[in-house]
Amino acid sequence: MVEDLAIERHTIAVLVDNEAGVLARVIGLFSGRGYNIESLTVAETDSDEGISRITIVTSGTPMIIEQIKAQLDRLVPVHRVVDLTTEGASVERELALVKVAGKGNKRVEALRIADIFRARAIDSTNESFVFEISGSTEKLDAFVELMEPLGLVDVSRTGVVAIARGKAAL
Amino acid sequence: MAGKDLNGSEIIIQALLNEGVDTVFGYPGGAVLPIYDAIFQQNQLRHVLVRQEGGAVHMAEGYARSTGKVGVVLVTSGPGATNAVTGLTDALMDSIPIVCLTGQVPTHLIGNDAFQEADTTGITRPCTKHNYLVKRMEDLPRVMHEAFYVARSGRPGPVVIDLPKDILMGLGQYEDFSKVEHRTYQPIIKAGKSEIEKAVSMIAAAKKPLFYCGGGVINSGPRACKQLDRLVKLTGAPITLTLMGLGAYPGTDKQFLGMLGMHGTYEANLAMHDADLIVAVGARFDDRITGRLDAFAPNSKKIHIDIDPSSINKNVAVDLPVVGDVGNVLDQMLRAWKAKKLKSNAKAMKAWWNIIEGWRAKDCLKYDQGGSVIKPQYAIERLYEHTKDLDCYITTEVGQHQMWAAQFYKFNEPNRWMTSGGLGTMGYGLPSAIGVQVAHPDSLVVDISGEASFLMNMQEMSTAVQYRAPVKVFITNNQYMGMVRQWQELLHGGRYAESYTDALPDLVKLAEACQWVGLRAKKPDEVDDVIQEMIEIDRPVIADIWVDQTENCFPMIPSGAAHNEMLLGPEDEASKPVSEEGMVLV
Repeated sequence: MVEDLAIERHTIAVLVDNEAGVLARVIGLFSGRGYNIESLTVAETDSDEGISRITIVTSGTPMIIEQIKAQLDRLVPVHRVVDLTTEGASVERELALVKVAGKGNKRVEALRIADIFRARAIDSTNESFVFEISGSTEKLDAFVELMEPLGLVDVSRTGVVAIARGKAAL
Repeated sequence: MAGKDLNGSEIIIQALLNEGVDTVFGYPGGAVLPIYDAIFQQNQLRHVLVRQEGGAVHMAEGYARSTGKVGVVLVTSGPGATNAVTGLTDALMDSIPIVCLTGQVPTHLIGNDAFQEADTTGITRPCTKHNYLVKRMEDLPRVMHEAFYVARSGRPGPVVIDLPKDILMGLGQYEDFSKVEHRTYQPIIKAGKSEIEKAVSMIAAAKKPLFYCGGGVINSGPRACKQLDRLVKLTGAPITLTLMGLGAYPGTDKQFLGMLGMHGTYEANLAMHDADLIVAVGARFDDRITGRLDAFAPNSKKIHIDIDPSSINKNVAVDLPVVGDVGNVLDQMLRAWKAKKLKSNAKAMKAWWNIIEGWRAKDCLKYDQGGSVIKPQYAIERLYEHTKDLDCYITTEVGQHQMWAAQFYKFNEPNRWMTSGGLGTMGYGLPSAIGVQVAHPDSLVVDISGEASFLMNMQEMSTAVQYRAPVKVFITNNQYMGMVRQWQELLHGGRYAESYTDALPDLVKLAEACQWVGLRAKKPDEVDDVIQEMIEIDRPVIADIWVDQTENCFPMIPSGAAHNEMLLGPEDEASKPVSEEGMVLV
C-alpha cells in the first residue's frame, strides 16, 4: 500500500443468489486475497427470489475495504454490496447462547447478571443454565467474560447481523 | 409447443453452435464420451484433439486472443479437469475469454471418490471468473449460454461448466438463452459525463502527460485501439504499453516509447517516473509495472480507465477512477475533447518531448553483435525484419526470449501478440501458436521460444501435424532457463542451481521424428537464411538458434527498486546491488 492508513472495521451486507458454492466463493475470496473476516452470517432472506443475505464484518485500511467491496461486487451471483458502516446509520445485533454450569452462590450470581444483561434462561437443569442474549458484539463479550468465573462451559454465537435505519430497503 | 427432446450432449452442441463456436480444443475420456459421440455425429463443430489437456486451454487462449472470440475447451473429469487448471489460471490472469466444459462422474456418484472424480468446481473456483456444476437437465441450456455471456462480458475470463455424465445422456429440451439478460452480472460499460469531462480537462492541463495502456484496450476490440490512436495523436502525448497491451498502439509510431516495466525501455520507465499525469487505460498497475510502490510516479496525478472496478485503487491510489469499457470511454473522451475544443499545452509538451528524446538517445536496447556467437536480441530482431510485412502472429513462451520479443518485435495491430503475461506460464507458446494457426490457417504463426519452455509442452508438436498447422517454433537456445540464470547471476552470487538443461534433445532430430522440419543456426551469418527458409516451408518448423548462453536481458528494474534505479547493462550490475527487501520479491 502506498499510504499506511488506520485499520477500520466495516460491516458489509451482500445480497447473493442462494445457489451452491456461493458462500465458498465469498469465503475463498477473503482467504485467497488475505482479507480479514471477523464474523460472517448467512441465511436465505427471500425464498421466492432465492436470495440470501450475507453480513460480513471485516477490517482493513480504507483502500482494502474498497477492494473488498469491488471484489465482492464482481462475483457473478452477487446482486448488491452495501457498506453499512459508511452508507448511513445502521443497527447491528448478535445473538449468543451461553451455557453456565455450577451450584450454589455461583448459580445465583449467574442468574443475577443475566437479569442485568436482559439475557433469558432458555434451558435449565439443577446444575446448569443456557442463556440467550442478544445485543452488540461488545455487550456479548462483556457477558461472556462475566460468566467465565461462574462456570462458563460453552458459547455459541451467530456473528453480527445488521440493517440500515430508516424506511429504505437495501 | 414443446420442441423435440434432445440428450444433454446434443443440447450442448446446439448451444455451442448458437454461440457461433466453430472449434473446440479437447481430449476425450470416460465422463465426456457422450459429448464426443454427439460431436462424431455432426459436422458443423470442429474438434482439435490435443495431446494433453493443458495444451487445449492454451490453444483456446491463442484462438481467443487472436480472434477476439471465446475459446472453447472440452476435457474429461478428474485428471482432464486438473490438467486444465494452469491454463484456466493463465486465462484468468490475462483476462482471456474461455469456456471450458469438464466431464464429471454421474450426479449420484459425486462425493463418493468415484473413478476419475475430482471436485472440479471446488478446484477451479479461485482460477475461473465463474463456474457451474449442472445438476438438473432443465438448467443446462441456460448455463451454457450464461457461461459464454460471463466469459466475454466485462473483464473477460475463463468459465468452467462441470457436466455430470447422466446430464450428458439425459433427455431435455433446448432453448436458446443467448439473448436473455443476466439477472445479476451487468458490468458498467459507459462512464459518467462528469468523469469524462474531468479526464479530458486534466489531460489538456498536463505538462508531462503519459498514456499507460494495457491488455484491456485489446480486449475492448480493434475499434478501441483505433480510438486510442486518435486520442493519443490529438493530445500529442507519449504512450507506453504493458506486455499485454503490445499492439494496442502502433509499435513503430514515434509517440510510442516502447514497453514499460521490469524489462521496459529506459524512456518509458523514466517517463512514468517523471510524468505529472498518467492516463492508465485497461492496465492494472501490477508489480512488474510499478516497481517499488512508494517511489512509483511520485509527482503524478493518475486517471484510471478500466471496466473492472476492482482493478482501480488496488495497488496504486488514483485521482480519477473511470469505470467503463475502454472503447466507449475513449469515444466519450474524444467527443468531449472536440466539443470543448481542448488543446494540449504545446510549449510544455515540446519541453516534455525534449526530455524524452534525451532518454531515448541512451538507446537502452543496444547490444553488440560482434563475434561469432549469435546474440538472442539479434536473432529476434532479424525475425522481425523478415516478418514485419507479412500477415504474421507471434506467440511466446516465458522468460528472457519473451522479454526480448516484447522489446524488439514491433506490433502495429492488436491481436497479433499472444503471451502469458500475468501467470508467466512456460509452455504456453507452442499450443497457443497452434490455436492461432487453427483460427488463421493462411497466416504465418511464430512461437518465439526458449528451449526450456518449449520442452514443457512439446507433446503438442503432434497436434500441429495432425491438423496441418504449419507453426514455426523459433527457439533461442542457450541451454539455460535464461531468466532463472540471470536472476541467479544478479541475486544469488552466480550459483546456477538447476538452471542448466543437461541432456537436451537434438532439436533438429526431434523435429524430424515428429514429422516437422528442423533447422539450425550456430553463427550470426546463418540466422537470415534459417529465418527465410523457416518462413518458406509450408510445414511446422523448429528453428534451433544457438545463442549466447550468458546474455542477460536489459534494461532491468531489479525487484524492490524504483523506475529511476534501472540497470541498463552489465556495467550497472556491480554498481547497483539488489537490496535485501528486493530479494524476497519475485
